[in-house]
Amino acid sequence: MDYSFDINSLDDLYQEVILDHYQRPRNKGVLTNPDISSKGFNPFCGDEIILSIKLDSKGKTKCILFDGQGCSISQASASMLTELLSNKNLDELKSISYSFRAMMRGESLSSGEMSLIEGLEVLEGVRKFPIRIKCALLAWAALEDGIEEYSVKVLKKEP
Amino acid sequence: MLDIKAIRKDFPILSRTVYGKPLVYLDNAATSQKPSSVIETITNYYQNYNSNVHRGVHALSMEATEHYEAAREKVANFIGAPDSTCLIFVRGTTEGINLVASSWAIPNLGPGDEILLSEMEHHSNLIPWQRVAQITGAVLKFIPVTEEGVLDLENLSALINNRTKLVSVTHVSNVLGTINPVKELARKAHNVGALIMLDAAQSVPHMPVNVQDLECDFLAFSSHKMLGPTGIGGLYVRPSVLKTMQPFQSGGEMVKEVTFTSASWNDHPFQFEAGTPSISASIGLGAAVDYLQSIGMDEVRNHEMAITQYALEELKHLSEDFIFYGPNDISIRGGAISFYSDLVHPHDLGTILDQEGIAIRTGHHCAMPLVRERLKVSATARASFYIYNTESEVDQLVKALKKATRIFTNAYKKNI
Repeated sequence: MDYSFDINSLDDLYQEVILDHYQRPRNKGVLTNPDISSKGFNPFCGDEIILSIKLDSKGKTKCILFDGQGCSISQASASMLTELLSNKNLDELKSISYSFRAMMRGESLSSGEMSLIEGLEVLEGVRKFPIRIKCALLAWAALEDGIEEYSVKVLKKEP
Repeated sequence: MLDIKAIRKDFPILSRTVYGKPLVYLDNAATSQKPSSVIETITNYYQNYNSNVHRGVHALSMEATEHYEAAREKVANFIGAPDSTCLIFVRGTTEGINLVASSWAIPNLGPGDEILLSEMEHHSNLIPWQRVAQITGAVLKFIPVTEEGVLDLENLSALINNRTKLVSVTHVSNVLGTINPVKELARKAHNVGALIMLDAAQSVPHMPVNVQDLECDFLAFSSHKMLGPTGIGGLYVRPSVLKTMQPFQSGGEMVKEVTFTSASWNDHPFQFEAGTPSISASIGLGAAVDYLQSIGMDEVRNHEMAITQYALEELKHLSEDFIFYGPNDISIRGGAISFYSDLVHPHDLGTILDQEGIAIRTGHHCAMPLVRERLKVSATARASFYIYNTESEVDQLVKALKKATRIFTNAYKKNI
């Protein structure tokens, strides 16, 4: 990263959609009896995300809530996650999460992958602030951990 | 009055820009910048007399040893130690506290013994004692912190009792800026036969500190927070206590006579300095002490009081969303100001300020229990000052904080 010139990318970081999700978070709360629950914690900054997910009889997401505290990016990303991931099976959740990670790593995505993460492109501006990428990924890391734990414990899949 | 303009010229880094804007460095509680004299002293060692210490009979080794021990003298003198044999070079405050935990506490404490800490400790003065408690069966007790951010001494006579073997507290809080009444604590500790350790990471760089005046038994500090290089610091131990301590790390340098199955220990402080020390850093720390003494620690403290007072007043002009932590009384606070706003999370403040070339610290400042359980926030933002900071830099900080507030308020208006 070149720190010597004014990159003036605050507008990319704090896009309206992101601040909207931060200030009016969607699906915030904790489910009492979730199938999947997982906590993401960033010891570097203290940001915290708790995901709780209820699945329907077909194994698709019926309800996803997030709770937590932290910066606008971590909380907005979590809020957007809950909106995007409704009515999806676990494999779809994983594909979306991996595609989002790939975008945040700056990899070029196929049009199929792009359509999977439709709406999340607003978070791409975070890439200009390397230290904040972890904030954007916090909820997604929690999601992946939660799916992993559910797969091993409930579905008895090999880790 | 300090000639800040002249002082700033001594620090090459202060003339650089960040994103095209002049650097405003307000993260001094994390680490300080280095004057040319320190940088040149380190370069000079490597260019002209790089060699191992206490070993060779050759000229370079003798020169290096001379400079290394002269640095120890300077540092010992700087903190008012009775002589340089009670000043152990360590990697920093953390290692200093770990040394006391390993070499004094573990051999001396047992089940039911109490270690008294405070609720405003940095992790470095908390976790080592948690480990000591696990190993020895000793119990940790905590002096509470009041709403104002000072130690609550109301129940001190119950907290310091016959079971208390060690009181270990921070001299100045890295989060709240509070200067603690450590001399009073030292007297209370000694009255019950306990010892006292001071985490002086935030005091030795910023104010006159005299270990004999403070009546402390252990005192640890870091070079990199006082204009010196990283990787070095000092641990003072009261001479009568030093004699009773067990070795820390073992190996070369810390021994006198060695057989295949046994060894006898070197004199202190060398007994606690196993292996080749950080020679260049020690000598660099000596140069930092020279620099601070050329200014005078009273002057350093006066400047920081003035700029902290100015900052506290100017920061009041921000929106009411901002909460400021720590005492208002400037006589009991150092130059660190922590704050929080519900509107703009500290992490976002940090990024927006960074874009203006302003470096502050955001997070839990390695004092997670204090920040989360007492201040009841997940993080704070912290600006911390040193001798080279100016009122105009405070103005820039306030201006940038206003900008951050604007970004989030405008969005908020749209979003309601």
